[in-house]
Amino acid sequence: MDLNTLWFWLIAVLWTGYFVLEGFDFGVGALLRLVGRDERGKRVLINTIGPVWDGNEVWVITAGGAMFAAFPEWYATLFSGFYLPLLAILVCLIIRGVAFEYRAKGTTDRWRANWDRAILVTSILPAFLWGVAFGNIISGVPLDVDHEFAGTVLDLLNPFALLMGLTTLLLFVTHGAVFLSLKTTLEVRDRARKLAVTLGSATVVSLAAVLIWRQFRGGNTGTAGLAVLSVVGAVAAVMLTRAGRDGWAFTATAVAVLTLVAGWFVGLFPNVLPSTTEVLGTLDIHNAASSPYTLTLMSWVALFFVPFVLGYQAWTYWVFRKRIGTKQIPMPVHTDH
Amino acid sequence: MRVTSDPGPWALGTGPPMAESRRWAAGERSALEFDPDRETAVDPLNIARWQFGITTVYHYLFVPITIGLAFLVALLETAWVRTRNPVYLRATKFWGKLLLINFAIGVVTGIVQEFQFGMNWSSYSRFVGDVFGAPLAMEALIAFFMESTFLGLWIFGWDKLSPRLHAACMWMVAIGTTASAYFILAANSFMQHPVGIEINPENGRPRLNDIGAVLFQPLQMITFSHVITACLVTGGVVMVSISSYFMARKRELGVFRPSLRLGLYALLIGSIGVIVTGDLQAKIMTEIQPMKMAAAEAQWVTKDNASFSVFTIGSLDGKHEVFSIRVPGLLSFMGTGSFDGTIEGINDLQAEYQEKFGPGDYVPNVPVTYWNFRLMVGAGGALLLVSIVGLWLTRKGRHPQQRWVWRLATWSVLGAFVGNSAGWIFTEMGRQPWTVFGLYRTADSVSPTVTAGEVLTSLIIFTVLYGILAVIEGKLMFKYAKAGPPTEADALASVERRPSDDSEDADRPLTFAY
Repeated sequence: MDLNTLWFWLIAVLWTGYFVLEGFDFGVGALLRLVGRDERGKRVLINTIGPVWDGNEVWVITAGGAMFAAFPEWYATLFSGFYLPLLAILVCLIIRGVAFEYRAKGTTDRWRANWDRAILVTSILPAFLWGVAFGNIISGVPLDVDHEFAGTVLDLLNPFALLMGLTTLLLFVTHGAVFLSLKTTLEVRDRARKLAVTLGSATVVSLAAVLIWRQFRGGNTGTAGLAVLSVVGAVAAVMLTRAGRDGWAFTATAVAVLTLVAGWFVGLFPNVLPSTTEVLGTLDIHNAASSPYTLTLMSWVALFFVPFVLGYQAWTYWVFRKRIGTKQIPMPVHTDH
Repeated sequence: MRVTSDPGPWALGTGPPMAESRRWAAGERSALEFDPDRETAVDPLNIARWQFGITTVYHYLFVPITIGLAFLVALLETAWVRTRNPVYLRATKFWGKLLLINFAIGVVTGIVQEFQFGMNWSSYSRFVGDVFGAPLAMEALIAFFMESTFLGLWIFGWDKLSPRLHAACMWMVAIGTTASAYFILAANSFMQHPVGIEINPENGRPRLNDIGAVLFQPLQMITFSHVITACLVTGGVVMVSISSYFMARKRELGVFRPSLRLGLYALLIGSIGVIVTGDLQAKIMTEIQPMKMAAAEAQWVTKDNASFSVFTIGSLDGKHEVFSIRVPGLLSFMGTGSFDGTIEGINDLQAEYQEKFGPGDYVPNVPVTYWNFRLMVGAGGALLLVSIVGLWLTRKGRHPQQRWVWRLATWSVLGAFVGNSAGWIFTEMGRQPWTVFGLYRTADSVSPTVTAGEVLTSLIIFTVLYGILAVIEGKLMFKYAKAGPPTEADALASVERRPSDDSEDADRPLTFAY
């Protein structure tokens, strides 16, 4: 396997890791009101992801950095071409990034209600928009011979991409609901489980529809196998949640996310951004790549540091492995001095 | 061909590299053509530059506080672990809370920076991707994961980790933030002085061939030292400022007297470091970017024994001097280490660069460069003074009674913001018209497919959003600063560890929760 191929798969791993991890914390944010309901309940939800969401988000920054380092043409075309959707995602990540911390630092109900609304919108919108973005990446976009994006933002809002967006949104919210049934107790857990079943069923339908459609748009054996696994994962998550096997249900939604994202990259390889107009515009792992020197250097850096990162992130999840219940939430949030 | 110190030869005389001629053929403008329309406000280039300037300066209001405070909080927590004196625990909790409020905003505004290169500066990203992406990816993989993961452990881990391990988490955060600064400064130093590259004959773009040169070039070592000492200054002066508020009111002296002294020492060490490294940086900058240093002094003609003007009143474009206060020989000394050293003038450099790089305007915005240089140097000097006077006035347990002393100390925090912002505006504006000095122009760097409307949209959204965030962040910082440290009982209760098997204790409230 040459380094270009290695880096393609490393970037695939980073995006997969991002969606498996941040997927559930997007889901938890989206369910803040439905599952949280009252102040104590909402705080249970926030505290299940409190210690980890920031570390989860770094996966996307690293994925972006790795694309820049290994495939600068891909990074340049994608980020400038998808300008407005990325702007929307950025705005969401900015607001969401301060929301959890700042929500806890106010004293009024209005303050908290405003941040609740912010958390809701900024969790739902990126969960949807990332799906739209990857729906476009895998089906290709108009590129000219210089590999510059030659379409408009309306080209990005095509039905296939929108359905992919709906699918990632549903899948991440289900993933979040299953995570909550694993991490909470009593009434919060009951609400999370009920919603996991309902949302999970909707996810199965959407996932099956978009993956069948994808198969007709230049899918291969690999994407077909992964599509089946993804749908099976979603179905299993519903059944396991019903059976009260929270840990296995979470594994199942994680598999569904993992195989969905893996399917995107398997279908894409060896291209990184196909052109739907100029054939010469298509970016692949060779014409988008950095020099062998840079790829070799980055491979050593990754080889040395990725295990380290995985180690301490896993340790964090271990430290905060316990379920949280409403009785454990200290009230009131904060008293004015 | 290997390039180590001289950015010149391949960038001149050999005609435009292929990638560039392709863009010219496509009718794209270039810095070489004098196009009056380029100067209008609706040009995507100008809007993108304003956006980069605003978002970067804003981001950098928070970053030095984070880096400086993380280090100081780690020191305080280590003092708590070693002495078991609850005063240090209370101080750790108090400063830690302010650190967290500040950290969040530094992180989210940092994401914009990474995305912005691709979104607004895609031509730049294509051109330097082989070199520039590597330190950015290293920063994310090595530094960002570390700081965010260990910060999560630190926030929520008070009752779950041993005190030593918990303190170690803050050290990991401090190391992570410092490593992050190192990598991004290596990338910036490359833009100031491109090294470790050869030019790819196929597309005329730089190709990395020596990462050691990029990560360890002298400019980078000095810049990093300058920035890190400035972060220590910033963390120190934040501590001095808030402690002084309490000292003036004689509240919580047990926590704030040690905090004040720690802040003052950090400020003293930091500002001496800033001045020493700043001096080294001026000398290396005179060598590699003489134009920047000439613009810093608005020196139009080459001179030996060049004077440094403390203050000048001149025409708006900086070309005519009306009145100034000057220190003879100082500029020569700053730039070369000798009072008789030669400082090249802007006009001579412009002529030299025209010959070297072709026709064009190679003069940065002189008034901006000139004034920001003075603001930076002035702020650094003033803060050194604050630390010396402050340490003297509070020596051996003394407590000055004059209200104005404390008021001045409280406001001195503004000096750090002015110094940090002015420093960056100076060094980035002083490099213009280049993004990568001698290699690639700002005018060629912007994304060709992004419209003025799109950039204007993002500029307005970011500015408004950042404005709102500044108000919220300011309010929270004031609120939590004024609230003061937790009581000894509360502080000690919060670090009480949960039994490892807490089956009968399952409903015990979390000692820390959002």
